[in-house]
Amino acid sequence: MLDTRYRVEIPGGINLDAQVVGPIPRFFAFAIDLAFRGVIVFVLSMASIPFGAFGLGGGFFLIFLFAIEWLYPVLFEVFWRGQTPGKKALGISVINDDLTPVTLGTSLVRNLLRTVDFLPLFYLAGLITMLSNRRFQRLGDLAAGTLVISVGESNRPAPQRDLVPLAPSTPLLRTEQSSIIDFLQRSQQLSEPRQRELASILEGITHEKDDNGVLQLQRLGAWFLGLR
Amino acid sequence: MKQHSFVQQHGPTWQRIEDSLAKPAQADNSKVLAEHYLLLCQHLAIAKERLYDAALVERLNNLVLALYRELYRYRSETRLNFYAFFKRDFPLAIYRHRYYVLLAFLVFVMPGLIAGAWTYFDEEAVYSILDAPEVRQVERMYDPDARKLGREREADTDIFMFGFYIKNNISVAFRCFAGGMLVGIGTLLVLFFNGLFIGSIAGHLTRLEYVDTFYPFVVGHGSFELTAIVFSGAAGLRLGFAIINPGQFSRLDSLRQAGRDVVPMLYGIVLMLVIAAFLEAFWSSSTSLSIEIKYAVGALLWVLVLLYSFSGRRYESR
Repeated sequence: MLDTRYRVEIPGGINLDAQVVGPIPRFFAFAIDLAFRGVIVFVLSMASIPFGAFGLGGGFFLIFLFAIEWLYPVLFEVFWRGQTPGKKALGISVINDDLTPVTLGTSLVRNLLRTVDFLPLFYLAGLITMLSNRRFQRLGDLAAGTLVISVGESNRPAPQRDLVPLAPSTPLLRTEQSSIIDFLQRSQQLSEPRQRELASILEGITHEKDDNGVLQLQRLGAWFLGLR
Repeated sequence: MKQHSFVQQHGPTWQRIEDSLAKPAQADNSKVLAEHYLLLCQHLAIAKERLYDAALVERLNNLVLALYRELYRYRSETRLNFYAFFKRDFPLAIYRHRYYVLLAFLVFVMPGLIAGAWTYFDEEAVYSILDAPEVRQVERMYDPDARKLGREREADTDIFMFGFYIKNNISVAFRCFAGGMLVGIGTLLVLFFNGLFIGSIAGHLTRLEYVDTFYPFVVGHGSFELTAIVFSGAAGLRLGFAIINPGQFSRLDSLRQAGRDVVPMLYGIVLMLVIAAFLEAFWSSSTSLSIEIKYAVGALLWVLVLLYSFSGRRYESR
């Protein structure tokens, strides 16, 4: 099964979940960074020409070029919470595989090994590696022990406020209650026929059919949530 | 307690913590941070245990994750201690990788010696390793009649060359390291061909009796540059060998461990190559210094670099 959940037990005695991020958002983040780097290089090259293309200006330009090629991702990841500008735009972040923040050492290793991920062309090796393990790690991530996770806001619809909560006629297990709560929370994401289909399974509890069944189920959900 | 009351009771606290996390500039009091972390861990555990709905659990989970990352941002082990690094960490990392250093040294130097001897005794040999235009360029660079060594240049072009050496040499070292991921083959190729080219150029120029221009030029920065290339090769070979022979670990864990172990080597390589680029641009290229001074300083640098590089043994715990 394709599950992007990555679970680590942390001090505090609980299992912390993170969502690992696949190649598509990472490609877009990389593309944004590439454009951003391109702009920086262009501005620097323009700015360095007055100081001598083969003198002072050129020398500093080459040093900056080196820094932008190799150190740009490292510095951003270490000093900007694991995010380059592109990653920030996509709401993703680099993190050590124990979910602690990425450090200078791990970030350096994962970014120097980009060279190998790029091989033979356009990150093909990195893509194949990413798709062949559960955590979407490219070669650099495997050697450094890092992951790319989602840190974006999750948008779940809030329950409708105008529901009149309904007490169940028969006692239900807590797992059953939470399923009904989930039905309420997600019902806006489901098509109406699908809602009716799901509600019809629980006809024995709601004693209603079709749209009324859906409504009864949502009212039960509101009751289990504790709305009064 | 029903979920709704739980959210009503603690919602404002969560909101406050979420807001404070969104402002990174605000230096969080570590005590407050730890309290928030413990509180939210408890809330998350309660929410999971009572099977509150997935959206709430996800919100609390993300909050704990953010607090956890914030809490572990300032670990003493991740702060780079320059003194400890120079004195202990870098030499110790070299010592621990001594067999990889030896192998990298041999793969780098042996082709160099053989190619050097070949081009020294055989006039045509250099052309089977390098292109004719490249050979002509190298010959021009070290022609004893040249006013300035290395390249003809003005005073502030030294800075240009500094930038040039930084970009080129460190990139070569990084690629040499990265090649280790290809089960070491990439690293071996980079070492082999760099050794081959350097050796054949040295042999060829010696044959042309450009001795007084070539060797005083390379002896100074060579101490840092050639040693750093060998170390980058050693770091790459460590990665490669970790994949080939993981020992008691899984291949993945072995690779990950190797990735952590070579980090001090990487820092050291960068520093050495920056020093090498500085020497190459501002010291080696000078024509106003006498050959004797250059040889003397070069020899001193070699002794210091080697003594330092192999001083790590005493820090190994036994």
